[in-house]
Amino acid sequence: MTDLQKLTIGKALNLGLRRAMEEDPKVLIMGEDVGKLGGVFRITDGLQKDFGEQRVLDTPLAESGIIGTAVGLAVRGFRPVCEIQFEGFIFPGFDQISSQLAKLHYRTQGKIKMPVVIRVPFGGGIGAVEHHSESPESLFAHIPGLKVVSISNAVDAYWGIQEAIKSDDPILFFEPKRLYHSGALRAEIDTSGTPVPAFSSQVVREGTTVTVVAYGPSVKVALDAAAAAEDEGHSLEVIDLRTLSPLDLGPVFESVRKTGRLIALSEAPSESSLTSEIAARVQQECFYSLEAPVLRVTGFDTPYPPAKLEEHYLPDLDRVLHAVDRSLSW
Amino acid sequence: MPSEQWTHPEPGDGPAAVAAQPSPEQVIAGLRATSEGGAELTQLLTPEGERVPSPQFDKYVDDIDAEALRGLYRDMVLVRRADREANAMQRQGQLGIWVPLLGQEAAQIGSGRALRANDMAFPSYREHGVAFARGVDMKDLLGIFRCTDHSGWDYQRHGFHPYTIVIGNQVLNAAGYAMGQKFEGKVGDDDGEATICYFGDGATSQGDVHEGFVWAAVYDAPLVFFCQNNQWAISEPTERQSRLPLYQRARGYGFPGIRVDGNDVLACLAVSRWALDECRHGNGPVLIEAFTYRMDAHTTTDDPTRYRLSDELEEWKLKDPIERVRAFLARGGGADQAFFDDVQAEADAFAADLRDYTFNMPEPPPDRIFSNVYAEGNPVLDSQREEFLSYLDGFASAGEH
Repeated sequence: MTDLQKLTIGKALNLGLRRAMEEDPKVLIMGEDVGKLGGVFRITDGLQKDFGEQRVLDTPLAESGIIGTAVGLAVRGFRPVCEIQFEGFIFPGFDQISSQLAKLHYRTQGKIKMPVVIRVPFGGGIGAVEHHSESPESLFAHIPGLKVVSISNAVDAYWGIQEAIKSDDPILFFEPKRLYHSGALRAEIDTSGTPVPAFSSQVVREGTTVTVVAYGPSVKVALDAAAAAEDEGHSLEVIDLRTLSPLDLGPVFESVRKTGRLIALSEAPSESSLTSEIAARVQQECFYSLEAPVLRVTGFDTPYPPAKLEEHYLPDLDRVLHAVDRSLSW
Repeated sequence: MPSEQWTHPEPGDGPAAVAAQPSPEQVIAGLRATSEGGAELTQLLTPEGERVPSPQFDKYVDDIDAEALRGLYRDMVLVRRADREANAMQRQGQLGIWVPLLGQEAAQIGSGRALRANDMAFPSYREHGVAFARGVDMKDLLGIFRCTDHSGWDYQRHGFHPYTIVIGNQVLNAAGYAMGQKFEGKVGDDDGEATICYFGDGATSQGDVHEGFVWAAVYDAPLVFFCQNNQWAISEPTERQSRLPLYQRARGYGFPGIRVDGNDVLACLAVSRWALDECRHGNGPVLIEAFTYRMDAHTTTDDPTRYRLSDELEEWKLKDPIERVRAFLARGGGADQAFFDDVQAEADAFAADLRDYTFNMPEPPPDRIFSNVYAEGNPVLDSQREEFLSYLDGFASAGEH
């Protein structure tokens, strides 16, 4: 039996969370305003009403507290799903994430499992004040013991959040906040169908001239650029990374061996970032296939600027096309 | 519940009430190690080994007859002997570092023996006595300090979480665990479960400890905060952490706080039982400040002669947690010299066994570096492991030729 629903990323997450809570009574949702308000982005809307205050916890306002108590709840056998309101507020919880959440399994030689998901709305483009538009995912990808994923579409939102909750590893789940309610990204999902494996990179548009690898909100930018490039006679292959740690670069290597060119796209600052890692690994694995250096299109190595400047800061379609031209001019 | 003996002026109390409050200087003086812990100190056994009656807490140690007290004495002597042996082994280069517990045996054995099998303890990194009380093999614990392992015991079987080195992190983890006990309906009667977490006076300055107080309070978590105020956070004294006695902080969070003589094993046992009992019945959390003293260095990398006076140490030696039990037992006929000699012999054998084990402790194989980073594996890590092992194999085959 199919149960087709047309959902935005936000609604798909909500439904995915609901399913996970129905399936496992040990799943808890915790964070600031996730209960009555349904979260500042309404992703947890209606869940407290249906599952009660003991399974959807409106917590005190402190990120270390949210994550630190989630660690303890996981030791007790629960599967907490924490919401951090905006990525810029995760840093008070960084200590608990890096010192406890990421390491307890290793420290105890596997005796303690840490099935904790931390949902992090991230990225810019919403015209917000500071600390509301950043892309700190590389900092977490650098911490051994964590898995870091990012979704770019409603199908992955629905299945990915359920897969993350089922995982016995701690997962940082980065959600592209400016796309939560995008009608254009509404997708038809068979919510009773076979789960779509979420955590492997995927070719989302085939092409032959240049490969563009992206994740999260940048996937849409890459796809828009590919559509525009087609008018200019260039065929871009677009890969959605989906998993940021561990990186699944197999499909990227395969694509680069075909196109000989790679553009790594991300909103994050470029220095010591995921795009740096991709560039390093691709030159290591595909050195003889490359026709041009790996180019990166990223945010700048500055703090996130005032939002009146973000259209210049955020990589857009034109900057991707400019990089395509540079790559092809080699 | 203990009364609040150091009250604060309330709005409308008038200038006289405010004037009656201690000056900041008096408050700070009251915090110092050389004080007696103040009038608010709960004590059942004086440093001279005299039993002090307590209408409030005696009932919590009704069952502690001479035999049980001999047991507590034995626990403390064994733990101290193991601590001294480990300290010596570090000096001989056999341990990477040691964290001495000397002087804190009563706080740890008293609170540790108050726990039941289903309770969970979240230690910091000095809780060797609590580990012992929870049945953790001291040999497993020494792996941490010989740097062969990060945590060598089964936390569930012993109800004893891994050591936590980052100051204060475990307080929030304990609060979460205790919330879980509450959510599972394991509190509310005599058979209820409880959690205890250990931290020091320095940790009370950490945000995580403050947040732990908030979380435990608003979720009514069955959590006993057990602060061992040993007067020094490495070289920083208590007055660098607080302007008021630490136990009084509990009031600001809406749960009871109590200061106990941390060198009095009977008082620590009684007060911990009371606090755990409050938690089991759903009346938690509770903060206990065990007023004690770290007789040795913070760790073996530290030199306390740089920051504290020998007078202070000499004063605290007179409050030794083991000697007062010995005096009480000897005076009341609860134990004879043969008992004390037997315990000492047992402790020496215990230490010798630890020493033998430590000297022969197997080193982990190189591929342990890669084990258990993830529960569900990681292909990038797998290929690093393979590459590293084949690199090591290269040396082996080179050596064969």
